[in-house]
Amino acid sequence: MSDVERLLLRQEVEEFLYREAELLDERRYEEWLELLTDDVRYFMPMRRNVPHDETEREFTREGVDISWFDEGKDTLTRRVRQILTGIHWAEEPPSRICHMISNVQVLGAGPAGPSGTEIAVKSRFLVYRNRVETETDVLVGKREDLLRRVNGGFKLARRRIVLDQSVLLAKNLTFFF
Amino acid sequence: MALMKHLNGLVDVDRGIISREIFVNEDIYRAEQEQVFARAWLFIGHESQIRNPGDYLVSSMGEESVILCRDRSGRVHVFLNSCRHRGMKVCRYDEGNTIEFQCPYHGWSYATDGTLVGVPFAKDAYGAQLDRSQWGLIEVARLEVYKSTVWATWDRSAPSFLDYIGGYKVYLDLLLDAWDGREGGTEAIGGIHKWLVPCNWKFPAENFSGDRYHGVSHRSVDMVGIGPSGQSRRDMGERNQARWLDVSFPELGHSMIAFLRPHDAPLAPAYQDAPVVADYFRRCEEERKRRRGDSWRLFGGPGTMFPNTSPLARQPRTLAVWHPRGPHQTEVWRWYFVDADAPPEVKDFLRHYYIRYSGPSGLTEQDDMENWNYAHKASRGTIARQHPYNYEMGLGRSTRAFEDHGLTLPGAITDVTVANASEHNQRGFYRRWRQFMEAASWDELR
Repeated sequence: MSDVERLLLRQEVEEFLYREAELLDERRYEEWLELLTDDVRYFMPMRRNVPHDETEREFTREGVDISWFDEGKDTLTRRVRQILTGIHWAEEPPSRICHMISNVQVLGAGPAGPSGTEIAVKSRFLVYRNRVETETDVLVGKREDLLRRVNGGFKLARRRIVLDQSVLLAKNLTFFF
Repeated sequence: MALMKHLNGLVDVDRGIISREIFVNEDIYRAEQEQVFARAWLFIGHESQIRNPGDYLVSSMGEESVILCRDRSGRVHVFLNSCRHRGMKVCRYDEGNTIEFQCPYHGWSYATDGTLVGVPFAKDAYGAQLDRSQWGLIEVARLEVYKSTVWATWDRSAPSFLDYIGGYKVYLDLLLDAWDGREGGTEAIGGIHKWLVPCNWKFPAENFSGDRYHGVSHRSVDMVGIGPSGQSRRDMGERNQARWLDVSFPELGHSMIAFLRPHDAPLAPAYQDAPVVADYFRRCEEERKRRRGDSWRLFGGPGTMFPNTSPLARQPRTLAVWHPRGPHQTEVWRWYFVDADAPPEVKDFLRHYYIRYSGPSGLTEQDDMENWNYAHKASRGTIARQHPYNYEMGLGRSTRAFEDHGLTLPGAITDVTVANASEHNQRGFYRRWRQFMEAASWDELR
């Protein structure tokens, strides 16, 4: 890959991530769902305090343990539908949510399989939520994404969300990362 | 005692009137730490989390951090997580395996049986003055491992664990026994949900004690359908066939929502999204009939074991602990249970269901947290505190002699099959809460 190709790819990845954040913050959730592949995996482990040399036990395991999220498109779609009922009281009245996405790194293109080329991307997030009056949460962490090239654009095929908290300091997780 | 006189007008369970003061008042909260949490049997953890010698899990008893660990000879202990010398936490990891707990402040170290084994400069700095046998980790007064769950109390005069749960054992077992009726046989899935909710700990405790009335809270998830058959938030068929029973032990403070299936009707279909799971539960329930006889028909739901442990004996099978973190905040810990012998596909299906139902990311319980948060917040004001909450629903409708086609059940039971709901269980909880708050010692609580 030439330097120009690398820059263009990075540009394209950033544009995808920023557009995704825009859809979430504007509550255009159904359009957001269209950015996800049908086999998307959305995973957010819990984190434990462990000794520095036992980091293999730090995260709960996908597909094995209890986590904050460990799901596919079906459950994500139901989350969206719940918010759109207008009587999901935890998000009614709606929270004010802002996604700050930064430190975007294109880690490399995966093997070009039958489902197309996949690109591993890492980024940082700061998700700010303010609701009702004074209730405010600031959730910060890292995301490890797999973007799949579909019909000339990208779709999100996998997201691992690493929140930099052990005890969750928010009362609920009614929004997306 | 001034506080006792104070409580007199605040908790009137006979009339179903309870002051908001007990949820928001700082003095009452402080008194609870001594009167309730320093006396009662509290849930600590699950034995499957400390399988091997040296394994430990840091947990909580009320506000205080404790270490659950298995010593080198295999014995289970619960210690206050605080160095005897200057109080530093001797363990700030959540779980692991160790030979000893060394305090990072001055270096006192303790074996996994709590013995003080290491004191820097012991000979030169203390000479013969320090009697190490008197300065081991502070250990709970009593500990019980019951069907792999670990419980403890700080009060030496507390009754035995089995006396403490009394007739509630039948209902607690609905969570801890395997679905096919074998004793024990459940395990905790790895990972404990831990999160903060801005409300008094009694909001979730009384909600889980048996609040069937809050359907409006969960209407959105019911519309969306996350249940094991793709409808509603859970499978409703067998619930709707059953008698709905609010079961309380007011003299103990424990309670549960229970369902008694008909003795003569075929079971409604469940788990329609997953034939393997449906087949598993069908086989378990056939086995349950053989093992338990007519009492196979009894199934549990949410409940609260006084004061702050809530078993949920039906899918999602969980155990929640509502740790007090000041009058206005609760730290929730949530364990998730499955039959240890269930096939991997069944465990996996249930795990996914548990996560999408429960806790801060659960489509159902997200809305509970919103309610507890703002109910608490709106009850703190000077005017709000002058107006009590209403717990009158179903007053005077309970019986101590429940019977259904020859099957009798322990506890004071209100049949709410027609009424849909009662506040019988909440009244039982607060009756016991008041006794704990007024009693000078366990002698007055037996």
